Amino acid sequence: MSAMLEIEFRLNGVVQRTAVAADMSALEMLRDVLGLTGTKYGCGEGECGACTITVDGRTVNSCLMFAVDCNGREVQTIEGLSATPLGERLNHSLVAHGAVQCGFCTPGFMMQAQQVLAEHPHASREEIQRGLEGNLCRCTGYRKIIDAVEAVAHPTASAE
Amino acid sequence: MATTTLERTNTDSLIGRRIPKLDAPDKASGRTRYLHDINIPGQLHAKILRSSQVHARIVSIDVEAARRVPGVHAVITAADVPWQRPIGVTKDHLPLKSDIVRSRRDEIAAVAADTVEAADEALRLIRVTYEPLPVVATSAEALAPGAPLLHGEDLRAPGRGGALEVVHPASKDNVAMVHEYRQGDVAQGERDSAVVVEDVFWLHYVTHCCMGVSGVIAEFDPSGNLLLYSNTQVPFLHKREFAELLGIDPGRIRIIQPPIGGGFGSKLDIYPFEPIAIFLAKLTRRPVKLVFSREEEFIASPTRQPVLLKLRSGCDSAGRLTFRSVETLHDNGAYTSWGATTPFVMMQTISSLYRVPHCHYRTRAVYTNNPYAGSFRGYGNLQATFAVEAHMDKLADALGMDPLEFRLQNAQDPGETTPQGMHFRSCGFKDCLRTAAERSDYRAKRRANLAHWNDGNPIKRGIGIASMLHVGGGAKMYPSDGCGTIIKLDDFAKVTLITGASEIGQGSETVLAQLTCEELGLPIDAVTVVNNDTAITPWDVGVHASRTTFIGGNSAIGAARKAKRKILEAAAPTAGLAADELDLHGGSIVVKATGERVQDLGKFLRSLHFAEKADLVMTTYYYEPPSVHLDRQYRGDVSAAYSWATQVAEVEVDTETGVVRLLKITAAHDVGRVLNRLGIEGQIEGGIVMGQGYALTEDLLVEGGVIKNPNFRDYKLITAPEVPDVDVSFIETFDGEGPQGAKGVGEAPAICIAAAVANAIYNATGTRIYALPFTPEKVYRALRGKSTAPTWPESAA
Repeated sequence: MSAMLEIEFRLNGVVQRTAVAADMSALEMLRDVLGLTGTKYGCGEGECGACTITVDGRTVNSCLMFAVDCNGREVQTIEGLSATPLGERLNHSLVAHGAVQCGFCTPGFMMQAQQVLAEHPHASREEIQRGLEGNLCRCTGYRKIIDAVEAVAHPTASAE
Repeated sequence: MATTTLERTNTDSLIGRRIPKLDAPDKASGRTRYLHDINIPGQLHAKILRSSQVHARIVSIDVEAARRVPGVHAVITAADVPWQRPIGVTKDHLPLKSDIVRSRRDEIAAVAADTVEAADEALRLIRVTYEPLPVVATSAEALAPGAPLLHGEDLRAPGRGGALEVVHPASKDNVAMVHEYRQGDVAQGERDSAVVVEDVFWLHYVTHCCMGVSGVIAEFDPSGNLLLYSNTQVPFLHKREFAELLGIDPGRIRIIQPPIGGGFGSKLDIYPFEPIAIFLAKLTRRPVKLVFSREEEFIASPTRQPVLLKLRSGCDSAGRLTFRSVETLHDNGAYTSWGATTPFVMMQTISSLYRVPHCHYRTRAVYTNNPYAGSFRGYGNLQATFAVEAHMDKLADALGMDPLEFRLQNAQDPGETTPQGMHFRSCGFKDCLRTAAERSDYRAKRRANLAHWNDGNPIKRGIGIASMLHVGGGAKMYPSDGCGTIIKLDDFAKVTLITGASEIGQGSETVLAQLTCEELGLPIDAVTVVNNDTAITPWDVGVHASRTTFIGGNSAIGAARKAKRKILEAAAPTAGLAADELDLHGGSIVVKATGERVQDLGKFLRSLHFAEKADLVMTTYYYEPPSVHLDRQYRGDVSAAYSWATQVAEVEVDTETGVVRLLKITAAHDVGRVLNRLGIEGQIEGGIVMGQGYALTEDLLVEGGVIKNPNFRDYKLITAPEVPDVDVSFIETFDGEGPQGAKGVGEAPAICIAAAVANAIYNATGTRIYALPFTPEKVYRALRGKSTAPTWPESAA
């Protein structure tokens, strides 16, 4: 059993203080210690993007980050994003475009889509595709996810 | 979109509209609780020790050190569960292995502990000594004279009565299963032929890669009743199988399916991890949760059936098919799962996609020390279609005929009954062919590409066509292929739709709600769907064979119509009209002829409920499709409807690197009728990209029984930048038996992509490649004449 370390950080806008094992991943902390299960385990090696969170405003694979490294940082998960206006817009757009099937990858796509839009508020289709390259989806074939993010990036162009 | 106005002309009907999935908002916000997200108070975490050897005799297992790890409640081996019974399609597989391990996935021991960490630590302390046995790495080796026998001895286990008996007899030739079908006289077909072609094809290992890894939670109550949280696609079949496994009454097993992170056929069989979790729960009297790692998912979940396939086909000088002769070796792996039964589907494509008078089909599923194959979206049809559509192009070429003309000439028409007994009540095949060809400009592009073969430009364009036939109205493999529905309406005209049909992300929940509301004249948000608990839902055979919209849909419609009849009959006296002069529309009871509102439905239901003769509207319906089982000769109309599709692939081949890019898929699908346009587009786009992965990037590398790439870094799924342009047309043939005319579509879009891509690569380069996938290395070698085409092994002659 590895040593427990006390850390303090801001999670979805709220200060959290918690004790974590030194070898625990941020993903395990979020899911198993803090009970936020919207962030998913898909591969544990940073290849699928299902565990995407933001740390100090940048997306990371939480499976590859040690929980202790959250100390003093600003962390956002899907639960936090969903409570923001952008999160609601992305949610509505993914739903309306049929971009959700089994849904297991969707929280990770939501987080990464936020990052793409932060970097490119009016992202082109190609920029969206490149931006989502690190997230795997087995159900949708990606097109409807790309459409949904594109509709948020270009709200007037896609209005029906 | 251009079609928006058209879609909205009939605003009264929900059919054909773009209805967002009911479960999507929760899923996108991370609120949905998958099995992985559920924790039961008091639960233990289980882990499995798998074999480090491909084929070996177990000499000893030492678990003493593991048992001493703090927090470990149980460490079990086969010796601890002498009552374990075999699982699998032919019951050749004990969950925990006692004497022999036959593959690297084989389960030897399992641990239940307070934490995953303690369970892992205990696993590391288990010592197993092995005596290696010779490895059978291919189906050809398995058939060679003197090959080691993988199941050479009778498997004995407790039978139904509990006494030890032979549950799986010894196999003396490593052949697990044989399927053979004949129609007509192939020798006569051969004599009638002007052109004959023969090739051997290799269809490789791929695996499902569900984003949610496998898992289960098992819990017994003090009376010995078992509650399983399971990702199964067939809850009612598994309820019975688990009961047999435990020797208890099926009524004592309840299966709850939390939302499932992808299925694609992978969850049709019971795998050892499920019984093992049950054993641990039984022995510890605690809830036990077992969840795979991704590496474990690659190693210990099923693969698509790998197939070595020899096809011989002929046609006469007028371009009419004369015969087809097929021999396949299915690499069964170490145990028998559904992969061995894919011939049921493969022979349909061989005998009935096109009109062929004479056919012979034979499969031998052969034991090896490889991973074992299960069912996977398309169920053998990707493999069969790959070979058949290659030969359609080759025969047309040999005759100098246009490949589209050649296909049209041999394509099935509506009304036909094939020699195998499939009856095509609705069939839009020729419309699919013409539509996909016209919309992609297939003929002109194909000819133009041929002219560039020798023009010196290293970048080549190619276009290829392929088609498919698949069951679209269920598949009668079990005694019943039905689905039950219960509908209740509350005092406010809200509907609870309780269906046996499982949701695995494909959208059945939404389409069933839509069909129900269509009957009851209610908006889609008036319905709550309950679909995941065997203690509540009526029986259904499971989510497979593209059957749920068709079978579950007809069942939901049946229950809704009964509810509607009850309402209208009860309302008729007050309205002063006959029941059949009334209708339900917009949340009200209306006059059918005029649409004039008679009464608000909720208000009427309250008046029914709170009257002197109080009553509620609750109905049930069981739908059994009018299909039949295959007879012993593999003949029979197994599905109530059949679906068709043509897909045209356009590729770019870089002849200097071997890189093939899929640029565009033009697809035409006979789906009977579009019910939920958003949902059906999603199924088709997703299926196309799954087919793209099968054709170009996905390759589970199995060498000497060892999977070399059990991770997403080395097993390449398609990613967002690689997706092709997609143009989908729906051919609506309004099937007479289908719900609102619809037919199944779930598997169809994945089936012919690889075949179409192969034909496109040929059109681009003049080189035909007979083995999948078309990786840069394989294409590069093939273009330089350096690849070895698959050959038929002497041992299988």
